[in-house]
Amino acid sequence: MIDVINLRKSFGDMEVLKGIDITINKGDIVAVIGPSGSGKSTFLRCLNCMEDPSGGSIVFKGVDIADMSVDINVHRRHMGMVFQHFNLFNNKTVLQNIMMAPVYLRCQDLKRVKRRNNMTRLRNLFCGSNKTALMPVTETGEQIRNEVREQAMALLRRIGLEDKADVYPSTLSGGQKQRIAIVRSLAMDPDVILFDEPTSALDPEMVGEVLELMKQLARDGMTMVVVTHEMGFAREVANRVVFMDEGRIKEEGNPKEFFENPKEPRLKDFLSKVL
Amino acid sequence: MGNFDQKVNKFIEIFLEEGGYVKVVEGLQNTLLIAVAGLLIGILIGTVIASVRVLPKYRLLPRVLNGICSFYVALFRGTPIVVQLLVFYYVLLPVIGWKITGIQVSVLVFGLNSGAYISEIMRSGIQSVDPGQMEAGRAVGLSFGVSMTKIVIPQAVKNILPTLGNEFISLIKETSVVSFVGAADLYVAFSYIGSSSYEFMVPYLVMALIYIVLVLVISLLVKLMERSLKKSDRRN
Repeated sequence: MIDVINLRKSFGDMEVLKGIDITINKGDIVAVIGPSGSGKSTFLRCLNCMEDPSGGSIVFKGVDIADMSVDINVHRRHMGMVFQHFNLFNNKTVLQNIMMAPVYLRCQDLKRVKRRNNMTRLRNLFCGSNKTALMPVTETGEQIRNEVREQAMALLRRIGLEDKADVYPSTLSGGQKQRIAIVRSLAMDPDVILFDEPTSALDPEMVGEVLELMKQLARDGMTMVVVTHEMGFAREVANRVVFMDEGRIKEEGNPKEFFENPKEPRLKDFLSKVL
Repeated sequence: MGNFDQKVNKFIEIFLEEGGYVKVVEGLQNTLLIAVAGLLIGILIGTVIASVRVLPKYRLLPRVLNGICSFYVALFRGTPIVVQLLVFYYVLLPVIGWKITGIQVSVLVFGLNSGAYISEIMRSGIQSVDPGQMEAGRAVGLSFGVSMTKIVIPQAVKNILPTLGNEFISLIKETSVVSFVGAADLYVAFSYIGSSSYEFMVPYLVMALIYIVLVLVISLLVKLMERSLKKSDRRN
C-alpha cells in the first residue's frame, strides 16, 4: 500500500534520513524501533508529509505524495496519525474532536458537488438537446452530521468512554486522551494509521489500556506503522519489526527471528540494553 | 476655589439648557464608533497578517506576502497616529479622489493602525498554542487555513484576550486626536462647552470622568468574556 523509495530528509545540514526503502502492505503491522536520534520519528512523519521529504518518493495507493504538487490533504484523510502527546483539540469537546474532520470534509465535498451541479444546470440552459447529467446528491449536511455522530458514539462506546462525550480534553487522563486520539483517526476510516510513540508520554498504569486498543485494531486487520519503545508490543503484535539507526534501516524481519537471532551488531547491542 | 460652585453651575446650565448634552452624546457615539469599528477592522487585518507571518516559509509566495506584511507593520507602528490621520485625510485620499468624512477616515486609519499592533499580539497568541494542535489538524486532512481558523485561532484568542482588551482601551483613548481631521468626538464636544462659557475646568474634568468610566466598563466586559472562554480549561 505504501512504497517508500530512497526517502531522504535533511534539516539544514543535518541529514536525518539517508535513503530508506520499505514496502508496507495492506494488513501489515510494522514496529519501528531504534535508539533516540536514529530518525524513526522523522521517518514516520515523512510518511504523511508532516515533514516534507527532501528526496525520494512515497507512493501511497499509486500516487507519489512526496511530490509537492499533490494535494496532500486528500491523501492524509486516508492516513490516520496518533501522536506522542495526543494533541486532542483543546477547544473542542471529545465528541467534537472526533466529529470535526469527517463532518467538515464531507460537507466540503457535498458543497463541491452542489457547486458543480449548479454549473452544469447553467450550461444545460444553453446546450439545448445534449444535456449533461447532474451528479447525484444523496445526503444533506444534517444527515452527514447525524451519521458521523452515531459513528463517533459507537466508537466511544467501543472504548468505554461514551459518558465522556461532552467533556473537554483537559479533564481526561493520559490514557483516555490517547484512546480518544486513536478513535479520532479511526473516525476518518483510514487505510493506515501511523503511531508516533503512542505510549511514551503515559503513566505506566495507562500504557496497558492503549496497547489493548491497538491490539484490537491489529486483530481487525488495520494496517499500522508504530514507532515504539514497547518491545513487548513489537514482539507480540507486529508482524514485521524494523530497526533504524543513523538514518538507515539496519535490520528488518519477523519479530521471532528479529528478537531471537539478531544479526546486526548494533541491534544486538541495542536489544541487550532494552530487554 | 470659592467660585468652583459657580463654574459647576455654569457647566450644568450649558450642558442641560443650551443643548450641550446633545453634543456630548454625539461625541460619545463617534468616539465609540471609531474605537469599536477600528478594533474590528484591526482584528480582521491583524489575524490575516499574523496567519501569513506564521506560514511555513520555504516557498516563494509566503515569503513575498511575509515581506509585504512586515513592511505594513513597520509603517503603521513607525509613525504617530496623528500623522497617519493627516496623511490619509489631506494627502492620500484627495490624491485618489475619495471623498469621505473625518469620521470615516478615522475609522479607516484606526483600523489600519490597530491592525498592525493586533497582528503582533495575535502572532504571539498563535505561537503560544502548542504546534501539535496544528499538526493534529493537518494529520486528519484539514487544510492549513481550516486548522488555523477552527483550532489554533480560537485557542490563541483565549490566550490574548487580556492584551486585546488593553488594545481596545488604548484605542478608545487615542481617538481623542480625531479632531485633527474634523471628526466630532468627546473632546470636540467638551471643548465646545468650554469655549461657549470661557470656562474649561469643569468640562475637561467631566470628560476625564467619562473616559475613566468607559475604560472601567470595558475592563469588566473583558473579564467576563475571559471567564466564559475559560470553560474548556476547567477541570470539573
